[in-house]
Amino acid sequence: MINFGYTRVSTHKAAIDAVRKDSAAQWIAGGTNLVDLMKKGVTTPEKLIDINNLPLKDIRKEGNKLYIGALALNSEVAENELVRTQQPLLSQALQAGASQQIRNMATVGGNMMQRTRCPYFYNTDMPCNKREPGTGCGALKGFNRMHAIFGTSENCIAVHPSDMCIALIALDATVLVTGPKGDCRIPFQNFHRLPGDAPHKDNTLERGELITAIEIPDNPYQKHVHYLKVRDRSSYAFALVSVAAAVDLQGDKINDVRLGMGGVAHKPWRLTEAENFLKGKTATEATFRQAAELVMKNAKGYGHNNFKLKLAPNTLVEALKTATVKA
Amino acid sequence: MARKKLPHPPPDQQPHEGRRNFLKQSSILTALAVTPASLLKAAELKLDEKAATYFEQVPLSLEINGKTHKLSVEPRVSLLDLLREQLGQTGTKKGCDHGQCGACTVHVNGKRVLSCLSLAVMQDGKKVTTIEGLEDGDKLHPMQEAFIKHDGFQCGYCTPGQIMSGIACIREGHANSEEEIREYMSGNICRCGAYPNIVKAIAEVKKGGQKV
Repeated sequence: MINFGYTRVSTHKAAIDAVRKDSAAQWIAGGTNLVDLMKKGVTTPEKLIDINNLPLKDIRKEGNKLYIGALALNSEVAENELVRTQQPLLSQALQAGASQQIRNMATVGGNMMQRTRCPYFYNTDMPCNKREPGTGCGALKGFNRMHAIFGTSENCIAVHPSDMCIALIALDATVLVTGPKGDCRIPFQNFHRLPGDAPHKDNTLERGELITAIEIPDNPYQKHVHYLKVRDRSSYAFALVSVAAAVDLQGDKINDVRLGMGGVAHKPWRLTEAENFLKGKTATEATFRQAAELVMKNAKGYGHNNFKLKLAPNTLVEALKTATVKA
Repeated sequence: MARKKLPHPPPDQQPHEGRRNFLKQSSILTALAVTPASLLKAAELKLDEKAATYFEQVPLSLEINGKTHKLSVEPRVSLLDLLREQLGQTGTKKGCDHGQCGACTVHVNGKRVLSCLSLAVMQDGKKVTTIEGLEDGDKLHPMQEAFIKHDGFQCGYCTPGQIMSGIACIREGHANSEEEIREYMSGNICRCGAYPNIVKAIAEVKKGGQKV
């Protein structure tokens, strides 16, 4: 690994000033992704600003919202009583990600900021517009089994690797940010971005903007939720396709529903059209199948990942079936 | 960038002290290979001294297996490398060094973590427990005993990580069924495939109710 400087900060202001002052400085929290990227030479900050002493670890109820600090550990959020009882979909999604060792290190903010695991991004000998803009996309005509089927561009077909974020987009979370221009709130849907012609930008944060927390509004999604993750082995692997399903069920009738899909796009993929279709309908496999067809309208395979065109709708149907039978 | 070629050292500089020292020396050379050119130029004169001046050391206090260590490390040193290379505690294993295998699992402040992805400087003031810290005098930890009894290994390379993870698995309350043990041990890969026996060992310790 290249060498770098290291500083610890304990206030938001010091954290923000440190990266504004030094264009080659970068924040580090859990480090589970960043340290790996630095070992591979993918990311080469000259200085790390350790933000772990910032007071951002709280998980608490604030009015009709659940507040989760950006430095709360993935394992602590997953097992937190408030999260488990009020937002069980988030708990399930977190438990499906990584391993307990990594969940014990990784933070909520870091989970959102993690980079794609596209092998072309990770291999500095390969072209990659995300790592080095203008060099081309190695995956487009290369080995693209893990890659996106929605929202791609000719510059990048990488996927966002998070499980947590799939639950958060389904649950209408808001990202709380502070920065040089003050505080702001970003709807989760607008936090991550599609590759377009700037795939080096994973999200809409500007330099010096720090995630302080996420908020999830209260919802009726406690009983009928399911996070279904399909992967090459039954645990500790990234998703081929995953679905976060939350259903407000009255008898057999779907009052309301929230759906997110992972492993399929450059950002956590919200299935709004399917949600609108399902609202007010009866929860049957046939209805779920129709919703899945709507979802797949704009899907596109790139060769090795063509199997996702079948796997994605099937995963959605299965997730909805499981969510709607759960007591 | 780790692939830049370096010239072979002349014969009189080649190490004769065995593998570990050879590795140490090659690491320094590799480090220099990824160092900015200006510094490399400066370093040409007196390799060791110049390197040491540039690689700023950061003071660090760590409690490892009950013993406090006052150390000084470069920011890029992982907790794993600190344990193995600087402190000679080679019980913790380096498998993949990229957070994919779990061989380097240790406990930091009571939580199991991957020491290969932990920067040592970020552990300042914390308590680390490694496989070397488990036994009580001559008495092995119950999990170590159970791994022997159930033959929870073949080559043994992943075993320290498996044992540290297995203990944490019970402490966390995630060892209530074989299925749950398998899920919560999934971050520890065993290439020999000793999984059934590892699961049995952990299940037995959990069932025995001993303090882990």
